[in-house]
Amino acid sequence: MTATETAPTTGTFVGTSAKRREDAALLTGRTTWVDNMAPFGTVVMAIVRSPYAHARIKGVNLEAARAAEGVVAVFSGADLAEDWKGSLPCAWAVTEDIKMPPHFPLAIEEARYQGDGVAVVIADSRALAKDAAELVEVDYEPLAAVADLEKALADDAPLVHSDLETNECYVWKLDAGDVQGAIDAADVVVTRRYVQPRLIPNAIEPRAVLAQAGPTDEVTLWSATQVPHILRFALQLVVGIPESKIRVIAPHVGGGFGSKLDVYAEEALAVALARRLGRPVKWTEERAENYVATIHGRDTVHELTFAATKDGKITAVSSEAKCAMGAYLQLVTPGIPLLGAWIYNGPYDIPNYSVTFTGVFTNTTPTDAYRGAGRPEATYVLERTMDALATELGMDPVELRRKNFITEFPAQLASGLTIDSGDYHASLDKLLELLDLDEIRSEQAARREREDVKQIGVGFSTYNEMCGLAPSRILGAIRYAVGGWDSATIRFQPLGSVQVVTGTSPHGQSHETSWAQIVADRLGVGMDDVEVLHGDTAVSQLGMDTYGSRSLAVGGVALWHASEKILDKARTIVSHQLEVAPDDLEFADGAFSVKGSPEKQMSIQAAAFQAHSAHNLPDGMEPGLEATAVYDPPNFSWPAGAHAAVVEVDTETGDTRLIRYVAVDDVGSQVNPMIVEGQVHGGITQGIAAALWEEAVYDEDANLLTTTMTTYLVPTAAELPSFETDRTESSSPMNPLGVKGVGETGTIAAAPAVINAVVDALSHLGVSDIQMPATPERVWRALQEVKS
Amino acid sequence: MRHVALTVNGERHELDLEPRALLVYVLRERLGLVGTTVGCDTSACGACTVLVNGEAVKSCTMLGVQADEMEITTIEGLASNGDLHPVQQAFHDHHALQCGFCTPGMVLASVSLIESGEATSENAIRIGLEGNLCRCTGYHNIVKAVQAVAGVS
Repeated sequence: MTATETAPTTGTFVGTSAKRREDAALLTGRTTWVDNMAPFGTVVMAIVRSPYAHARIKGVNLEAARAAEGVVAVFSGADLAEDWKGSLPCAWAVTEDIKMPPHFPLAIEEARYQGDGVAVVIADSRALAKDAAELVEVDYEPLAAVADLEKALADDAPLVHSDLETNECYVWKLDAGDVQGAIDAADVVVTRRYVQPRLIPNAIEPRAVLAQAGPTDEVTLWSATQVPHILRFALQLVVGIPESKIRVIAPHVGGGFGSKLDVYAEEALAVALARRLGRPVKWTEERAENYVATIHGRDTVHELTFAATKDGKITAVSSEAKCAMGAYLQLVTPGIPLLGAWIYNGPYDIPNYSVTFTGVFTNTTPTDAYRGAGRPEATYVLERTMDALATELGMDPVELRRKNFITEFPAQLASGLTIDSGDYHASLDKLLELLDLDEIRSEQAARREREDVKQIGVGFSTYNEMCGLAPSRILGAIRYAVGGWDSATIRFQPLGSVQVVTGTSPHGQSHETSWAQIVADRLGVGMDDVEVLHGDTAVSQLGMDTYGSRSLAVGGVALWHASEKILDKARTIVSHQLEVAPDDLEFADGAFSVKGSPEKQMSIQAAAFQAHSAHNLPDGMEPGLEATAVYDPPNFSWPAGAHAAVVEVDTETGDTRLIRYVAVDDVGSQVNPMIVEGQVHGGITQGIAAALWEEAVYDEDANLLTTTMTTYLVPTAAELPSFETDRTESSSPMNPLGVKGVGETGTIAAAPAVINAVVDALSHLGVSDIQMPATPERVWRALQEVKS
Repeated sequence: MRHVALTVNGERHELDLEPRALLVYVLRERLGLVGTTVGCDTSACGACTVLVNGEAVKSCTMLGVQADEMEITTIEGLASNGDLHPVQQAFHDHHALQCGFCTPGMVLASVSLIESGEATSENAIRIGLEGNLCRCTGYHNIVKAVQAVAGVS
């Protein structure tokens, strides 16, 4: 692998597409996935899971399993009940009266979804553990179950938690202005209903954990997690070991997309059993297990209403949504809809605003954060309704969007938050340049004219989102249990190499490369001089981890502030040794020089050596050159953009093919455009997949029907086109890097663009809506309906 | 137990294998070649793809004992004398990996596709890689990397 750097000068690296330092290990198989590890004496855990969506556990017979070859121990939920100091935590009690049923790592009296763990087997190998798990006899009494969130709200619905006497978890509201007044006064009112299916995140690495107890009650947990720091304090709450004795290590982690932003039963079980048994305990999820035991996303039903004037000015937006929680509340389950609560107006200036969420328990795998988390849901219903309103008004959908764009920044929203910066027209202008809309419309007209079997359509999505989670005070105000800051430590070693310790925890996002770019630039050293450490709570004590497109906008900015502290101390040392005032020094290209006599200078690396030798430091200065900054953002950051999809629909078979996908995103300043673009590609793909292929389907008895990657359609290369992407840049004024966040933008934007395109392709035939995913069957049925 | 001889990355290994052991677990757990990963249990994801006698094979679809007397290349054996294979280098140059979990299988499937002469167009490459799932990249840069090595636009 060749180094890509040029001479180290300040400003050399940020903004360039430096190749990734992560690649060398990943491309040659020198990886540290949790499943690669097994300390001496490791035993393997297998979970016995309920085949029923809802059942009373009348008895668990473990004798046969205990007698099986290679078995070390077998436990039922009741056997371990005393091991838990608390329930698996939910950190977001979104309302005062939210219902938060207890959730222990193994079910004791009732299993409440298919896949709920009921017993655990520990054996000498993976195969023996699985063999023995099949010998565990559980006496289930099946109970009525409900998977559909609307049916779960019916009066006679089976209760997921009978003691709660309802499946309603909470109702949360946000009201601003006078929505009813605006509706009463409107020329046009449009109301549409949208079902957004349940999605399975499908990180290609399944989850895996390995726990090892030490001689003085300390425990180390390796986990394929996005959140080692959050996991550490959550484990104290569940297992009762003080955080100071818990070390969580997230080594190479193979994707997350929110699904590894959680505190899972298997993590607590591995820790508890490693302590009980005095042996390292390991568990590796199988894919079929992943589909029931790892969180799902989405699963909402919305009704969205717009009030508008006849010339297309939207005067109110009102959203009523029912959101599936699943059977239990995982780490942030109830809060996911709230992450979208402030963007139901999107990039549009809408003065009257109302959002209501009803959380609903169902006998299904818990939902939680999946890429975008709340914002794809909001953007989907908003951007679909923009098209519906355009149709209602007989307006061009692009013109309707332009007419309502927010144009003044910072923009105070009716809902209370402030958008930092943006230029929504600029993104849309650039999109239209790339798209050649006239050509598409003329081809569309020709195909319509000749009644071609294959019709084409174009759909738009002009979106914004709030990310960079998050200002701690705002999180507190909306009842989230922890803060949204992050930390960075920068440490010069005596001979001038630099260690950067970040509180973020990458699992594909390339922090090692991007963080080195930022620090090398600020300190005027080479990228190869900078080592980035992360993902181990013994190394990185302070952190809030990686999710919600937060890492750069929070953790990256912390690097900047830590760099400033390093420069301040180094400047003091140099000023002392060169006997000049600090203000008489200027810093460039990694060295301090005396203004007016540039031959008098000292490099920052020489200053670091002086800091460590401590032979000649100012009185009272501590030796060493190290600084930590903890950064709490003053606001969310607000990426935005304009996307367009072009599809071809076979009107005989309903088959839809995505022909083009064009995306112009504004994610603020870019540290590494190559990495930004990679994030955009991946994000778009997950949004397209939701629009066209992916859906977790449960039957009437709440059995999951899509149990493999062949029935749940994760897209392959063959279904997708190459993407056309570009960017505009509205730097964020909220932070010195000007950055916003890019991890979720594509997923937030893409689904409505694709469905708008499908509907556009068929609108001349009378089709006005297709629910996601727009499978051939759904499209075909929609066409049959308008024909009859 | 069955006695078999596997040649892996040019090195011959004589092993006694449980007949039910899948090749991927033989590689990972018996030979310590943990570069090959397991992403599913239905032969859908392709993460475990290796070359068996030069052809791409999902190593979860094959028993270890079936590989008796065969030559296997895993991701650890692809670079030679410290130089990345052109496909590995192209993946680096084109940012064709993010989390990297699917990468070993994706790289070996790409090597096989190119060597078999089937990587004749962007579309042929996309269809040729249909058996390998990636959740991070949207395939865009993977396809570009393979196009670059195959010399097709």
